[in-house]
Amino acid sequence: MSTDVKVPQAQQQPQHFASKDVKLPVYMDNHATTPMDPRVLDEMLPYFMEKFGNAASRNHSFGWAAEEGVETARERIAKLIGATTKEVIFTSGATESDNLAIKGVAEMYREKGNHIITAVTEHKAVLDTCKRLEKNGYRVTYMPVQKDGLVDLDDLKRAMDDKTILVSIMYANNEIGVLQPVAEIGKLCHERGVIFHTDATQAIGKVPVDVIKQNIDLASISAHKMYGPKGVGALYVRRKNPRVQLSAIIDGGGHERGMRSGTLNVPSIVGLGKACAIASEEMSHEAVRLSGLRDRLRDRIMGRLDEVYINGSTEHRLPGNLNISFAYVEGESLLMGINDIAVSSGSACTSATLEPSYVLKALGTGDDLAHSSIRFGIGRFNTEAEVDYVADRVVETVERLRELSPLYEMAKEGINLKDVKWAGE
Amino acid sequence: MAYSDKVLDHYSHPRNVGSMDKSSDDVGTGLVGAPECGDVMKLQIKVNRETNVIEDAKFKTFGCGSAIASSSLATEWVKGKTVDEALAIKNMDIVKELSLPPVKIHCSVLAEDAIRAAIGDWKKKQGAAQPVAAQAK
Repeated sequence: MSTDVKVPQAQQQPQHFASKDVKLPVYMDNHATTPMDPRVLDEMLPYFMEKFGNAASRNHSFGWAAEEGVETARERIAKLIGATTKEVIFTSGATESDNLAIKGVAEMYREKGNHIITAVTEHKAVLDTCKRLEKNGYRVTYMPVQKDGLVDLDDLKRAMDDKTILVSIMYANNEIGVLQPVAEIGKLCHERGVIFHTDATQAIGKVPVDVIKQNIDLASISAHKMYGPKGVGALYVRRKNPRVQLSAIIDGGGHERGMRSGTLNVPSIVGLGKACAIASEEMSHEAVRLSGLRDRLRDRIMGRLDEVYINGSTEHRLPGNLNISFAYVEGESLLMGINDIAVSSGSACTSATLEPSYVLKALGTGDDLAHSSIRFGIGRFNTEAEVDYVADRVVETVERLRELSPLYEMAKEGINLKDVKWAGE
Repeated sequence: MAYSDKVLDHYSHPRNVGSMDKSSDDVGTGLVGAPECGDVMKLQIKVNRETNVIEDAKFKTFGCGSAIASSSLATEWVKGKTVDEALAIKNMDIVKELSLPPVKIHCSVLAEDAIRAAIGDWKKKQGAAQPVAAQAK
């Protein structure tokens, strides 16, 4: 035992002393989902029992009350993104909205062309929808992104041809939080008569989205990413300049202007509306607070650890997002060490596919650093005390795991890990 | 994913963490895995020349909790065993002891590989050392 390296031992949980202001576990995974704002719940509650009517019931007061709730929600969503109420279609969430936007355009504009452009860093709801269309004879260009995660507008121009009917580029990335130049992308699309869809799930309610100024034709919205309930979302569908038409993917009673049949999920729609109303009021103030917390977290981690790398643009980024790689430490083991904190990792070990994050790989982040990445998603209910606690726990755990890491030891000995011939390769 | 108590225990209190002089004749070093794959294990053994008993073992691991636990357990198990006994340790023994789920079986495979690689390195050194010893006679 005499040659033992002194490794700081992890405490038996839960002996990590958080200050009394920090309630454990800490939730800092707000890109996965957000807790519901209590004001949203309050608004929803009457629609379960008192105002339970079917919004499509036109001939009695139960139906009218439900319809009124739905229409108020529609107004609130429209206001948040600069749309009109007739342009908001309710869905079950952003995955359905993405499917409806992409498949709906593909089918409706089949005569005009069969080419779709998207980016490799899109959410699977977009990528897998495009893959399905490829099987049905559509051509899809998956654009690469630059090192900072942004698409290159010249690449986009070059990718467009006379058969291009749709460009689908997300507003804000769910892993690295980078904001794409949507206004410029929309402009390029409009100059060429191409429809522009953006999956704005992570952006709406966090950063100002204006469908007119930003030349957006279709935008996917989700409630549970903005302190609303799960299982409800919306699709913005532009009605003029240009008027966008969609083929429905769910047929039935002709609800939502025939674009999405099915009885409306009234309580959840009301919740989505309230979440949007709160965002309209508080977003600008909240963004300042969240980016302040994010920068504090970054500084408290990066000020104390070397070889920590931020993934994606630091300039064009969601206020609450921090995605960093801790060299020589594997992400899942880091998560295990900070098990009283809820965050995500791009490590393969945390995914079902055993592949490290395809988003980080697309940035040119090596697989080794992709395995070492952690995504922090700071949200409305996180506090400064939580940020400080998280930073302390991360730093202490990374230090402990680095003492355990043969890679860290080799790097300290001056060995270039890239030059090593690894047995497992 | 829920970890077994034994994995958690090895992760929180890893046994035999450290390094030995890899240039020493009685030390065998195994370095297996690759950073790109998310797992690298370094396992070292110190072997008694007379008895072939592994007197000490050390490890360092870059990898998930199950990888850390598998290599920590491997050092515990090889200590006090002869080289031949250590070679008989199978990855499935580790899987069983730590209750590793199917997606983590590769961690145990890597630990077995690390034992074999360390012993292989030690044997190579003994092979290289013997002619020198013979000459000295």
